[in-house]
Amino acid sequence: MTKALSRRAFLARSSLIGCSVAASPLLTPMSFAAAPWDTRLVVIILRGAMDGLDVVRPYGAPEYAELRGALGGEAPDLDGFFALHPALNRLMPLWAKGQLGFVHAVSTPYRDKRSHFDGQDLLEAGTDALNGSRDGWLNRMLGEVGGIESRTAFAIGHGEMKVLNGPAPVADWSPDANLVLSPQALRLAQMVMQDDPAFHAALNEALMLSDMDEQPGPLSVTVDEDEPMAPPPTPPSKAHLKVAEFTADQLRGDTRIASFSINGWDTHNNQSRAIQPALGRLADTILALQAGVGEAVWQKTAVVAMTEFGRTAQLNGTGGTDHGTGGAMIMAGGAIRGGRVYGDWPGLGEASLFERRDLMPTQDVRAPAAWILRGMAGLDQATLERVVFPGLQMGGDPGLLL
Amino acid sequence: MGFSAQLAEMRFGYGMSPVVAPPASPEAMLTALAAPDEMATRFPIDSFGQFSAWVVETRKLRKAFQKTKDQEKREAYRAARRAQNEVGMEWAMRAMLRCTHTQCGFRERLVAFWADHFTAKGKIGLLRTATAPYIEDAIRPNVTATFGDMLSAVVTHPLMLHFLDQNRSTGPNSKAVKRNDRLDGLNENLAREVMELHTLGVGGPYSQDDVRQLAELFTGLTFGFDGGFQFRRGFAEPGAEQIMGKSYGGDPARLGPVLEALHDLAVHPVTARHIASKLAVHFVSDTPDESLVAHVTERYVASGGDLMAVYGALLEHPAAWDTPRANVKPPVDFIASGWRALAVDPDHVAQLRRRDMRRTLVNPLRDMGQPWQDPNGPDGWPEQDEAWITPQGVAMRLRWAVSAPQVLCPDLPEPMGFVASTLGDFADEHVQFAARAAESQSDAIGMVLAAPAFQRR
Repeated sequence: MTKALSRRAFLARSSLIGCSVAASPLLTPMSFAAAPWDTRLVVIILRGAMDGLDVVRPYGAPEYAELRGALGGEAPDLDGFFALHPALNRLMPLWAKGQLGFVHAVSTPYRDKRSHFDGQDLLEAGTDALNGSRDGWLNRMLGEVGGIESRTAFAIGHGEMKVLNGPAPVADWSPDANLVLSPQALRLAQMVMQDDPAFHAALNEALMLSDMDEQPGPLSVTVDEDEPMAPPPTPPSKAHLKVAEFTADQLRGDTRIASFSINGWDTHNNQSRAIQPALGRLADTILALQAGVGEAVWQKTAVVAMTEFGRTAQLNGTGGTDHGTGGAMIMAGGAIRGGRVYGDWPGLGEASLFERRDLMPTQDVRAPAAWILRGMAGLDQATLERVVFPGLQMGGDPGLLL
Repeated sequence: MGFSAQLAEMRFGYGMSPVVAPPASPEAMLTALAAPDEMATRFPIDSFGQFSAWVVETRKLRKAFQKTKDQEKREAYRAARRAQNEVGMEWAMRAMLRCTHTQCGFRERLVAFWADHFTAKGKIGLLRTATAPYIEDAIRPNVTATFGDMLSAVVTHPLMLHFLDQNRSTGPNSKAVKRNDRLDGLNENLAREVMELHTLGVGGPYSQDDVRQLAELFTGLTFGFDGGFQFRRGFAEPGAEQIMGKSYGGDPARLGPVLEALHDLAVHPVTARHIASKLAVHFVSDTPDESLVAHVTERYVASGGDLMAVYGALLEHPAAWDTPRANVKPPVDFIASGWRALAVDPDHVAQLRRRDMRRTLVNPLRDMGQPWQDPNGPDGWPEQDEAWITPQGVAMRLRWAVSAPQVLCPDLPEPMGFVASTLGDFADEHVQFAARAAESQSDAIGMVLAAPAFQRR
């Protein structure tokens, strides 16, 4: 589990901070060791199986219209064969600048069983098969790079990011854990914890990570029939923006790797409506990252969004799509060579489909991820194929990075 | 030092209660454990058999709507799913109430300990609420049995067979595979975890070949929702298996040799040591006194894994009482012991709205890092204290401490009395001061629950 080990690294440092922080954590200048490299990588796990055929639409394939029926909205054209889902229209300026790209017809080595649970486990483990190992590929990558400090890598938001699990230190935080107690309660909480170094250090770290500019007032419950608990400081609909903004803040500092999830892709019914909220969150997130890190850092940033598997080529009886195989990977950022759809397109004819139902995966999704790691962190191909993604054959360099 | 009633409640139960008297001695703790399980009767949870009947019913509803696309049938199916989600929440509340009102907190802690040791959960939608019935059937009645009995109950339980893919494992030379080559073939998942997690432990005296042989012996263990556990001979790999130097089974394949192998694993001295060590870590310290582990191991071996004898050894050893309170309560135990400290009233809980339960139980557990009955993998929740003392975890605990109690207990207790009834002799001057100096009663209660004296045991 990431937390166990990341905490240990954190505690080692917090013992150095000691009591001065206790007096006024907000005023104590913190300095962190310089990060070992300068590029920024954001890995977004799209949980629930994003429908790659709807997001990056192969409208040039003769079978597409028949498989998918009438699709609403004006889908902006990408390259004369693929078009982008209209809900991502706001990202077209990035595409035009070469800062948005896709790899199509990719999947993990997971086949046939189509369980979210196992599919995500395999995606995050980065292995050929689920073999009981509990660490994730981003953590193994950190272990290879070395020189990792407590905030070099950050798992953000709710829910475990297994992709960062493992022995290398990883920080984690969810922006809606912001401490919003009254000043008096905070002082008392510091006092009751002051003789317990571990609790005290964690509380002070939480205070530092909390967004103190935003003070929605004390958490203590007001007597309101409808709201027995104080509402969370951020409405759930905006939680993803908080995650993106927090991520951007960290990336402007010492953090080089960040990972979080965007959920809501399991579109079994009424696809055209069901996929919109998740795509909206994805577009918001990418734009908030871009705005949040600033132009200079954005130029060094690669955002990679991956999902556990794709969905069926054909719409089902309720206008949705069921669990499939091949899907798409999304890339954004100034560090990537975007403006194109990468991948080896298999076609949508029935005979070309995997088991005559899913987009045929023509490439292991770990390969583009590995090429990006190679470019960003300078790992050699042998390490990537043996340690980070054991069993992977990366193939030729697709040139995903500038 | 030696036995202390207050420490007994904290270390081996869900903390002190203002209304339930603590146990008088280690012997009294064991007597209570051997007595009938009152909490299971007072706050019932479905058996897996009852749960399976719901699954069968709901699958029928789903089929009906998928066939006809009829809106009414779809609504009937959805209603069944919704009702089950509510039942799942109700079971979580009852689990909290058991911890709150029991006279034998040790039983509830042991149920949680073994449920974690034998982690299983549903991997598909319909089975998402199946963990509580699994615990009710396979774990709870066996916490006072032998380890071998519990192991057999777990390994033949439908939820474990589902969770670790045993139900689809087929012998490469089985009749079923010969007839249908689309079957998956051998799956080693359960066999590996039985050796690595459940019995011998990682680093135990077994090889990859032993795992494979055990997996072959396990072929045939499967289940159906209408009949429960089944041994399907057609799935079984023909011939005998050699596991750690001993031969099991032969033709025709039977369940008996599987249980025999489980029994042998259960009484193996390396298993004894693994279990003794886990108990000591869980209840006493992340780095337990070696003499404690040795003492419990010895009793385990001597008794053939008789769990009552094993607990007796744990409770009678001085280290059980003299070790400083360093273990951090995981989030579920933190919240459950908060309920107990507040003596949360079952009648009040019964009229809470579902949203209240989400805000005071389901969401906080997720935010503290321990979503209800949903651990990441078969290795369960971490024992190391550092896993829980994270900035986010501590922030969320503090937040829960100042905001949830008044939802659970509208008539909050007087703070100084609450310090005494909750922390007893372990209240330090900072907590006393904070409980007096807080601006509101809810903050005062919150400071007591946020104090390390409450969070450690």
